[in-house]
Amino acid sequence: MNYELPEQFAQFGDARKNGFLRVKSIKENGGKVAGTFCTFTPQEILDAAGVSPVSLCGMSEETIPAAEVHLPKNLCPLIKSSYGFAVSDKCPYTYFSDIIVGETTCDGKKKMYELLGDMKDVYLLHLPQGDREHALEQWTQEVQRFREFLEQKFGEAIPDEAIRDAARARNKERACRRRLMELQKLQPPASTGYAIYKALEGAGFYFDVNEVCKELTRLADGLESDYAAGKRPVSADAKRILVTGCPIGGVLEKTVKAIEAAGGVVVCFENCSGIKATLDDVDVDAPDIVQAVAEKYLKIGCAVMTPDSRRLALLEKLVDEYKVDGVVEIDLQACTAYTVESTTIRRKMESLGMPYMAIETDYSLSDSGQLATRLEAFLEML
Amino acid sequence: MTGIGIDIGSSCAKAAVTEDGAILFWEQMPTGWSSKDTAEALRQKLCAAGFDPVQHPCIATGYGRVVVPYAQKAVTEITCHAKGAQALFGREDLDIVDIGGQDTKVICLRGGSVKDFLMNDKCSAGTGRFLEVMANTLGMDPASMIALAAKGNDAGISSMCTVFAESEVISLIGKGEPKENIACAVVASIARKIASQASRLREAGVPAVLTGGLCEASYLQKALGEAMGAPIASCPQARYAGAIGAALLAEKLPKA
Ligand code: SF4
Ligand code: SF4
Repeated sequence: MNYELPEQFAQFGDARKNGFLRVKSIKENGGKVAGTFCTFTPQEILDAAGVSPVSLCGMSEETIPAAEVHLPKNLCPLIKSSYGFAVSDKCPYTYFSDIIVGETTCDGKKKMYELLGDMKDVYLLHLPQGDREHALEQWTQEVQRFREFLEQKFGEAIPDEAIRDAARARNKERACRRRLMELQKLQPPASTGYAIYKALEGAGFYFDVNEVCKELTRLADGLESDYAAGKRPVSADAKRILVTGCPIGGVLEKTVKAIEAAGGVVVCFENCSGIKATLDDVDVDAPDIVQAVAEKYLKIGCAVMTPDSRRLALLEKLVDEYKVDGVVEIDLQACTAYTVESTTIRRKMESLGMPYMAIETDYSLSDSGQLATRLEAFLEML
Repeated sequence: MTGIGIDIGSSCAKAAVTEDGAILFWEQMPTGWSSKDTAEALRQKLCAAGFDPVQHPCIATGYGRVVVPYAQKAVTEITCHAKGAQALFGREDLDIVDIGGQDTKVICLRGGSVKDFLMNDKCSAGTGRFLEVMANTLGMDPASMIALAAKGNDAGISSMCTVFAESEVISLIGKGEPKENIACAVVASIARKIASQASRLREAGVPAVLTGGLCEASYLQKALGEAMGAPIASCPQARYAGAIGAALLAEKLPKA
């Protein structure tokens, strides 16, 4: 099969464009693609079904006006941007997705998925709310149901062994991601946080897990040998910052870049593309592999859960392990879950004696100057 | 040691010189459209007064802090205001409210260092810009509007948003509400907004002070104190707090 490329796709930056060529060749070779939005999506099930997952999280302001035709203005920019890409056919990944997988996370996303369902084939996994005794049982059933749905949709059985193999491969990928992130524990760290984030994000567009591992390992090897040779890309005086909060792919320049331009360095990303999703592995030897997959994902801390004790516990551990000087929470405007939870995080940080600042921003650039001043002042305060 | 501080704010630029903590010189001028030219004009004034930035360490602050070519270092207005207020009011524990042209800051100074701070987000509610827009609508300047407000009764403006508040003011004018009552409502509105912002950081028993260009607007100070539930002090030199703080920090710069 040959696909004609809609014109707008040409504007994509190189990393995503190459990913796009990969996705195009997957499709041309009869492969299938699933668009995902969240770290809770059980990738192993998609892998085992021979479906390549790709993140559709909207990170650009460009498609927001198109989204606002259907969606309210005061909605999180990630939701609006993602939806805008789908309605305007501007995102090749959305365009090529055979199916879109969502979860019952925040209200805005849940309702956006309903609208998206009018344009695309959307499957929604129901996430349990928090830490009830039956949460794992319920979530295992959901993951199993998802498996059966894929079996039916694509007319092919998904054997347990395929899920185990997928879990083995993803465990390996997670280990590679962790290794790269842990290089930031060095004092001074091995890299700017910006570069690490870009690598972790870019890895999501390779599709071939082995290739991802190879690339991440190459990068980590390089950083390690440079460090051993005495190279120090980051000054020893740079204040060590941990970033937590909402997904930040769309605000990276005016937050992470600004922190690092003002003499800080992000040594740890707790949020979605960072540590929280890669911390735990799947127990590949568990008797029930579906439950083992479910269990791994249920360990993720996120403000959409109540209570969100996992995020609090993880943050406490990370500020210590990464020898953090200050915590910056980056929230997206109108994200109720995270902006409300920031009070809990602030209190927790106060109790640990850890300086903390929360910022709320969207995908426009109009507040860049002001954000830079606030971030700079926070660093001066440390 | 002598130190020079330059504070390029969005509407007003200030310079100050300190020597071993004593304030020797202060000067201000409108920022105008070119921060660069303003920085140069301040340099000439400094030189004329015998404080050449070539001979003394200099720190720039404010939103134009990066366009001061003769400063050795740029430091944010948060840190500088805190330092300046600490010196002006002689206390190590203060809650500092700075009403600037584009943004309003609340800074918690504890034991002589910044412990926490808040800055308004994109919105201009609670900033000098809000007062300017309202004063314009009333056909006067902000200082006279605040002075007039002292003679009025709060006519009630419910919206904190500059755009909506402006249309409320217009409709009050339309209804024939006396000007002083509208002015009073504008001041009450900004005082409430700032008090609610400050309440997130306020600690009982810590004195509050007002810095920035409105430090001599005594009625605003009174309204703010009432809204915050505790008197808020100020002094005429508080408009130079940022520049003074920058100068004090410059004194400590290592010799180039
Ligand atoms: S923040 Fe939570 S809901 Fe949003 S993508 Fe991440 S894990 Fe999913
Ligand atoms: S950032 Fe917040 S509002 Fe936006 S999608 Fe994630 S949880 Fe929902």
